[in-house]
Amino acid sequence: MYLLLNENNLCNYYDLDKTPGIKARGKFLTERFAYLDDKETIQKLIQFKSDEQINVSFSIPQMHCSSCIYLLENLHRIEPGVKQSQVNFQQKEIFIIYHPEETSLRKVVELLAFIGYEPHVSLKDTDIKKQSNFNRKQIYKIGVAGFCFSNIMMLSFPEYFSSGNIEEAGLKETFSWIIFGLSLPVLFFSSADIFTSAWKGLRQKFLNIDAPIALAIIVTFARSYYEIIGGTGSGYLDSGTGIVFFMLIGRWFQNKTYDSFSFDRDYCSYFPLGVTVVEKGIEKNIPVTQLQKTHRIVIRNEEMIPADAILMKGAANIDYSFVSGENALVEKRKGDLIYAGGKQLGSAIELDVIKEASQSYITQLWNNDIFINKKNEEKSFIHPWSKYFTIALFSIAITTYIFWSFVDPSKVFPAVTAVLIVACPCSLLLSATFTYGNMLRIFGRNKLFLKNASVIESLSKINTVVFDKTGTITKTSAAIVHYEGLPLSERDMAMVKAVTNQSSHPLSKIIRDSIKDVPEALLTPDQFKEYTGKGLESVVNGVCIKMGSANFVGADKDFVTHDSGTSVHVELDRIRVGKFNVQNQYRNGIADIVHGLNQQAVQMFVLSGDNDSEKENLSKIFGLNTQLCFNQSPQQKLDFIKNLQYEGKKVLMLGDGLNDAGALMQSQVGIAVSENSAQFSPASDAILDGDKVSLLDKFISYAKAGKKIVLASFILSILYNIVGLSFAVQGILSPMIAAILMPASSISIVLFVSLYSSFIARNKGL
Amino acid sequence: MSALFILIGISILVAGGFLTAFLWSVSKGQYDDDYTPSIRILFDGTEKKASTSTSSKKITQTK
Repeated sequence: MYLLLNENNLCNYYDLDKTPGIKARGKFLTERFAYLDDKETIQKLIQFKSDEQINVSFSIPQMHCSSCIYLLENLHRIEPGVKQSQVNFQQKEIFIIYHPEETSLRKVVELLAFIGYEPHVSLKDTDIKKQSNFNRKQIYKIGVAGFCFSNIMMLSFPEYFSSGNIEEAGLKETFSWIIFGLSLPVLFFSSADIFTSAWKGLRQKFLNIDAPIALAIIVTFARSYYEIIGGTGSGYLDSGTGIVFFMLIGRWFQNKTYDSFSFDRDYCSYFPLGVTVVEKGIEKNIPVTQLQKTHRIVIRNEEMIPADAILMKGAANIDYSFVSGENALVEKRKGDLIYAGGKQLGSAIELDVIKEASQSYITQLWNNDIFINKKNEEKSFIHPWSKYFTIALFSIAITTYIFWSFVDPSKVFPAVTAVLIVACPCSLLLSATFTYGNMLRIFGRNKLFLKNASVIESLSKINTVVFDKTGTITKTSAAIVHYEGLPLSERDMAMVKAVTNQSSHPLSKIIRDSIKDVPEALLTPDQFKEYTGKGLESVVNGVCIKMGSANFVGADKDFVTHDSGTSVHVELDRIRVGKFNVQNQYRNGIADIVHGLNQQAVQMFVLSGDNDSEKENLSKIFGLNTQLCFNQSPQQKLDFIKNLQYEGKKVLMLGDGLNDAGALMQSQVGIAVSENSAQFSPASDAILDGDKVSLLDKFISYAKAGKKIVLASFILSILYNIVGLSFAVQGILSPMIAAILMPASSISIVLFVSLYSSFIARNKGL
Repeated sequence: MSALFILIGISILVAGGFLTAFLWSVSKGQYDDDYTPSIRILFDGTEKKASTSTSSKKITQTK
């Protein structure tokens, strides 16, 4: 890549930005673009064609920095056939003009793919164009409203200055009628969106934000037309059109702000899933987001397939319940396509990835309705408020109307209009959305990936934390393994490795990694079964092998009592041969969490599936107030949490995604700790990177602070409304100022919550 | 005073002209991308600098 750039004197590319380019993507497959030689396909893609030039534009999602613009706009230096290339950075599009005799569409696309910007070639690119048309329509509306508003203003000046008495005959009427004409496009074109939205809400028997605004506009215009046609006055069309104009500008600005926020969440957030990739016989863990086409991946028992892939090795039994909600197993053979989201049950399989993993698709699966049948029904405390907001607003408006029509009829109109416009339920709704949105981003930056924003609200109520031991507060990668028992031959070791290789349990991983001098793919198990919370059973070359807890293997009491640390017992052909003792290494910073949680008066429990050999060490870390429970089966863990909840406690469970799935599901907030694996469990509400477990207490206190931020901004926006309304009902506030204030208050709320939540995060060291 | 009527008509026509100009520029996509051109102008600068620096080198060599 560098050579190519150097050759063409484009070395500036590397000077422009510290981290330019997402490099050329692995091996370059030219065959893939063969379809671009097809004449019909070309016809569909190009925008203009003559003998000398062909115009075409592509969407290039990889574009991300100023260096990209530089490189893409200098394509003509690399490929002389390209006459011109122009980038639209915000829409991530490139517009290319090339000479059909010097180069071809396929060559252009190949060049783009080669330098790392593979265009997203779609034969139906209609959505993008719709989007831009929509934006333009918005701007047209603002433009028309602005034109009409300013001219109406101009024509209203004589009236302002002469206090309604214009000497010249006919002039006043002419002005009125011109104003009348100018106001029509505003009413029928510019404000159309507000009316349709209000009408849609009404049809579903729901008063939305647009309803009071639509009413205010109708009142203003109807009253003004009545005056102009009746010749009694010149109406209020200056403020009427002003309302529409400022409202549209405010909304446009609001949308711009929202867009920049949602961009952050989609593209910058950490996605915690890892996947095992095999390269030249060596296994390596990479984040799912770096998964590329042609990667060979290994999926073990209970792991999820993160991207569409073709089965290359092993027997696949795929459970698509994540996707479809049905619990049927689908058997797949070598060469079959397996879609992303399926879960492998049984022995390990190898697959070739044919499509990159889509983070948004996996998040979408996670938020699938099938898994929402549980707890997260807790609605935000803001919802009941906003429901009655519009109704309350209308009653205030009616009261104002009645009051002023008795006291001073001339103030009825401005007071009622200002009331309807200045009140802003959106700032109430926005406060929660934006605080939580920003918090999701900050949690993501600290490698805690939450399923959705409602988890934050649940997290803020937590008063009990339950820890799982293995793989959660202990570190899988740093465990010390020691074998004890009858000596194992190399063949036996190979069998142990082959069996543990199938499973994704932390202990399997520890034992698998500890057997180093045995080649990886020596043996493949003929049969394999994993008993959750108990152990593994498998048949390798006719030998039956069982590994797991003492009870599962059926070891004598003697062995059990002598256990030190966590043990995995091994049984070959029904004879117990020995056990692997795993010396646990606790994660750094566990003591800090305990300290932090104690300060927040959060109660703690430790549940472990192992025996109580670690009791002393654990009570040293957790102190005497923490209850430690050992030899817990998954069902017992679940019941334990149910009991806590029965006592009215809000429970957070920290465990690994698979063995504790039931408990994670049951708890108010279930956090799965991931250590570079594809253990994706929709039962959990959040996934936390193993190295960041020590931040748990900070996460909880931040969630609590977040709730306070929402409350503060909620109070602030209520204050806004009260102050605004109190001026409006007195008839002091002009409707036009109200139209400026309303979007301004929304924007100030958004800024307030974003800055405040970022500030608190920094204070807490997140 | 009837001149006023004509002037009003003209003023609205002129303003209407600006409106059409605005709408036309939007429809031509002049406001679609307000980011890339600001970057592009910087690249043009570096390119020129590169060429001028080489030419100045040549001058010093000939001297």
